[in-house]
Amino acid sequence: MTVGLNAFLTVSGLLFAIGVFGVLLRRNTLVIYMSLELMLNAVNLALVSFSRYNATPDHSMMDGPVFVFFIITVAAAEVAVGLAIIVALYRKRQTIFVSELNALKN
Amino acid sequence: MEDILFYIFAAGTLLSAFLMVASRNPVNSAMFLIVSFVGIAALFVMLESYFLAVIQVLVYAGAVVVLFLFIIMLLDVEDSDKIRPKIFTIVAGGLAFALLAIGVLGLFASGAGGPEPELPMRTAASLSRNFGYQLFTKYMLPFQMIGFLLLAAMVGVIYISKKGPTASSDEPEKE
Repeated sequence: MTVGLNAFLTVSGLLFAIGVFGVLLRRNTLVIYMSLELMLNAVNLALVSFSRYNATPDHSMMDGPVFVFFIITVAAAEVAVGLAIIVALYRKRQTIFVSELNALKN
Repeated sequence: MEDILFYIFAAGTLLSAFLMVASRNPVNSAMFLIVSFVGIAALFVMLESYFLAVIQVLVYAGAVVVLFLFIIMLLDVEDSDKIRPKIFTIVAGGLAFALLAIGVLGLFASGAGGPEPELPMRTAASLSRNFGYQLFTKYMLPFQMIGFLLLAAMVGVIYISKKGPTASSDEPEKE
């Protein structure tokens, strides 16, 4: 494969940028949350590609993939807790739009 | 051949990520999110991290998106299609996206990242066995702590979503 490290890092950076764009643009809390997951995935891709391109035949550099494994686990737990908080919020305020969640503004 | 596959997967991932952000309906967003996650799993396969690719599909495309869809169905927010974002929001978001994207693309186009490293040969790294060996030797303590964290998250979620006396007997919202 002739595709280099920079190509993977470019994809990762663009994915992260799209995630930031989604967090800033959207007002639905669920879609903001999906964009956050996308940003986590972009970072995972960068970690895996760095560890792949720095491996040697003797040392296979498993630290990056293991770290990604932990990130995926924490992200799964985070999604569960965050969605439970969104449901509790909806129960209390009847909305999930961030433009209407302005109780701290005044 | 692999190069063509890389470009196809990268383009599909980026396109579906953008459509996820841009689509009005949250259900469509979740569907495009699945496509994006599967594309990232394909990129993991190209990086020879087969175990992570499987985990990615199982956990993200399987569990997480299903959880999102379940919550979308449960909340059933009707008027999400009608609200248009403000022009200021669009400009600010587009500006942030443009700055990040131009920064990333410019960095790699200018060659400031140094010479491209060669793709090294790797012998045992792609095996799941190596992965498990690392998890149970070098990373034993983080592994245990992750298990404890999952337990804590589970207890927390049950407590938050429980409609108990603490949640239901709250007085109505004061404006």
